[in-house]
Amino acid sequence: MTPPYDQSGDGLSNAEIEQLTDTWREPPGLVGWLSAVDHKTIGLRFIVTAFTFFVLAGLLAAAMRVQLARPDNDVLGPDLYNQVFTIHGTTMMFLFAVPVVLGIGIYFVPLMVGARAIAFPRLLAFSYWMYLASGLFLYTMFGLNVGPDRGWFSYVPLAGPEYGVGKRADVWAQLVTFTETSGLGVAVCLVVTIFKLRAPGMSLNRMPLFVWAELVTAFMVIFSMPSVFLASGTLIMDRLVGTHFYNHAEGGDPLLWQHLFWFFAHPEVYIIFLPGNGLVSTIVSTFSGRPAFGYTALVLSLVSTGFIGFGVWVHHMFTTGLPQFGVSFFTAASLMIVVPTGLQVFCWVATLWSGHVRFATPMLYALGFFQVFVLGGLTGVMLASVPLDAQLHDTFFVVAHFHYVLIGGSLFPLLGGLVYWFPKVTGRMLDERLGRVVFWLFVVGFNVTFFPQHLLGLMGMPRRVYTYPAEMRWGTLNLLSSLGAAIMFVALSLYLWNIVRALRHGTPAPGNPWQASTLEWATTSPPPPYNFAPLPTVSNREPLWSASWPDQPIITGLATDRREVLVTRLMDADPDHRREFPAPSPWPFITAVAATGLYVGSIFTPWAVLWGAIPTTLGVLGWVWPRHGQRPSDLARALGGAGTEQRRS
Amino acid sequence: MMPVDYQSALHPAGPQAASIAQLWWFMLAVCVVVYGLVMATLVAAVFRAHAVRQAQAERSLTRTVTTATALTTVALFGILVASVRTGRAVGPPDGPVDPLGVEVTGYQWWWDVEYQSPSPPNTVRTANELHVPVGRPVRILLAATDVIHSLWIPNLHGKMDLIPGRRTELWLQADTPGVYRGQCAEFCGLQHAHMALTVVVESPAAFEQWYAAQKQPARPSSTTQTQHGEQLVTRGPCALCHSVRGTDAGGRPGPDLTHLQSRRTLAAGTLPNARQPLEIWITDPQHVKPGVKMPPVGLSTEERAAVVAYLETLR
Repeated sequence: MTPPYDQSGDGLSNAEIEQLTDTWREPPGLVGWLSAVDHKTIGLRFIVTAFTFFVLAGLLAAAMRVQLARPDNDVLGPDLYNQVFTIHGTTMMFLFAVPVVLGIGIYFVPLMVGARAIAFPRLLAFSYWMYLASGLFLYTMFGLNVGPDRGWFSYVPLAGPEYGVGKRADVWAQLVTFTETSGLGVAVCLVVTIFKLRAPGMSLNRMPLFVWAELVTAFMVIFSMPSVFLASGTLIMDRLVGTHFYNHAEGGDPLLWQHLFWFFAHPEVYIIFLPGNGLVSTIVSTFSGRPAFGYTALVLSLVSTGFIGFGVWVHHMFTTGLPQFGVSFFTAASLMIVVPTGLQVFCWVATLWSGHVRFATPMLYALGFFQVFVLGGLTGVMLASVPLDAQLHDTFFVVAHFHYVLIGGSLFPLLGGLVYWFPKVTGRMLDERLGRVVFWLFVVGFNVTFFPQHLLGLMGMPRRVYTYPAEMRWGTLNLLSSLGAAIMFVALSLYLWNIVRALRHGTPAPGNPWQASTLEWATTSPPPPYNFAPLPTVSNREPLWSASWPDQPIITGLATDRREVLVTRLMDADPDHRREFPAPSPWPFITAVAATGLYVGSIFTPWAVLWGAIPTTLGVLGWVWPRHGQRPSDLARALGGAGTEQRRS
Repeated sequence: MMPVDYQSALHPAGPQAASIAQLWWFMLAVCVVVYGLVMATLVAAVFRAHAVRQAQAERSLTRTVTTATALTTVALFGILVASVRTGRAVGPPDGPVDPLGVEVTGYQWWWDVEYQSPSPPNTVRTANELHVPVGRPVRILLAATDVIHSLWIPNLHGKMDLIPGRRTELWLQADTPGVYRGQCAEFCGLQHAHMALTVVVESPAAFEQWYAAQKQPARPSSTTQTQHGEQLVTRGPCALCHSVRGTDAGGRPGPDLTHLQSRRTLAAGTLPNARQPLEIWITDPQHVKPGVKMPPVGLSTEERAAVVAYLETLR
């Protein structure tokens, strides 16, 4: 394989490199820490925060498995159990699965497209602070025994003003609003980065598949979030200011909630696993030593999944008595979405078939993905059928199904992806032997935990029950499931231990440890603040595998004394203009604190929206206020000097 | 003692559940075959010793992937057809039928069951127990006034939600006599786990006999203790929520107690119906079923004995 792209390269002098470092690095000190805008800093914060919440939600899952391990157990009472399962689901969906896939996108998309930075870095910083605040808010309220307890779906009227007394359902509703603000901000950053900051030559049809997956995901976030904003906003208005959107006695409708919620929450499932699909494409291609088979088919699958994903939400409502003809449409749509997903699986198998497979840990996780995700997909086919769903809906069969899909489709690729990119982020390698042991423990633990739950569902065990009578004879399978959870717990603890140990004692990573083909491996590990000294250009889909690498044209002419980036055109990524990006600033943090005050305050009084808007607005003003010495937008110089130059070697 | 599979989707006791079970076995077979094929191909792909990258090999891979995708589409279409056919088979009947009409209303956390009849005296109201004659279609009208519940009797049919402000219905038929269990399947709050329903499938004759008994009002008390108990129940706090037909007790928020002793369980499947559980239940319902709407009423030992003695006469 080719050596990694040489950063000390002949495009820039040492003095220029120093100046670049100076320009792009994060400011020092606490204020500097709060002002950070670098996508690598923020991306890593997203990933670390998300995994912290993952651990918390995992511990809640462990508590549930202890409670359900035997019949008529009383470790957790109904009140605590309902909070625990609600916060487990809410955390996993809103505070782990979505932020972590966005976080990985934030870190790697700019590197993979060869950009100097992410678009709208201050919006990105704001999004992170909102996300962190939402998580702290949820767990603080849980600690105060005001944790949401109406399920992660918060169905009305159970979560409405009459039956959801107290502040618990409000906490849930505002948490959703919070995290969705964050998700929308990140989605905008990702879409603009992918569309406008790609390296010259990286036309849309040369974009890495992972970047495609993040692009579709970001669009799905943008189109689905308004629906849940509307839902949580109207819910909290019903609860706080006496509107009647969901009150059937006043002409409202509880089913309206379900439509709005699932119109968001089903696409959310694809938001969670499409980046996982992108990771699988990356890993399978790298460890087969060949480009992914069927690039166009894979891209079209991602895009069509993104579209069809918005047409299946009613399959969560098959038992609400909707008309037969109407629900048949959603059966058909839910079955149709299997076609692009199946096509992706076939393409990956074809890649493996015609490549030479290397069994490193990331590849093992990709294989685990197949075992688990394909099974989850097939049970999904069963659930798409209206009559069969009538039996399986809201039982442990569904619990098993979506854990197979989500853990299989997202967590397996993520755990593999973390091993894959760990050397990139830290410059050190994880222990391979321990990594394999962890993988096998995890895959066994997972299947032992969740496979028996299919059977429990068929045997009549509903979801969301805090206990069950001994005479139901569900005890043995539940105990088995709990034992599996214990194995998963051990596996994930060892995974963490592997990371902690590697951070201290890991062997230094070579430039391109897995012989990958994408641009993030064309810079040092960890990447410098400016990502690439001379910006790269590409002329095919696998730049690092091409015969000409590293003899590629490079970009020169960008300023090194200010945060200047090269903006390229959407389709073919031709250089368009140079643009100066904003410097680090504490204002996104200040704005997020003010907005947090608004959101949290609004639980207690609607006036908080009014008064809270004042500091929030001031925060935004401080954020966008022109600074002394800041140059006007360089649109005027737009089509000026940036150009490419053939590198000589 | 109930049989092992009295709450199982795989042991149908009627045509609707049987159709769905049949669909399940069909889908399971298809899925097992597909899963087996994909996994076998995957294993073969991974352990192939050599890499091939010629144009011809790529073309043959393209053909294989296209064929697999086409077959997937065909299989999905087959599943769609099977699913829609089953859906029609388990829905409301096409032709004219003479169904038994029952209205089931879900409350936090119990089931109100009312057998409808054109003449009001023939209407029967009970709770947490549904009796169904063998071989006769049953049309269950579903309603809720507090939160959403879902009626699920897996041996007879799939579930159907009970939604405040909406009317839903479920058509089922039972062919195999026996005692089955249903349970609320939509999360409905603290005691969602303890919201079960006993379903008794019996011969038409046995059903008629049960129905005739249920129509009767409660018999008057005969001993001093039961009379004291009746006094406490029908004039005391119990009557605010419970009805005992034939007495002054006419409360609606709780289960009808007129023929309490004819039922198999207490508190929607939480306890077996016998003297000791009944005593425990009325002494401290919050301990047995935390969060239940029934408060402890603070009876003395003597009063409790009288109330239990009276309740035991409600046959």
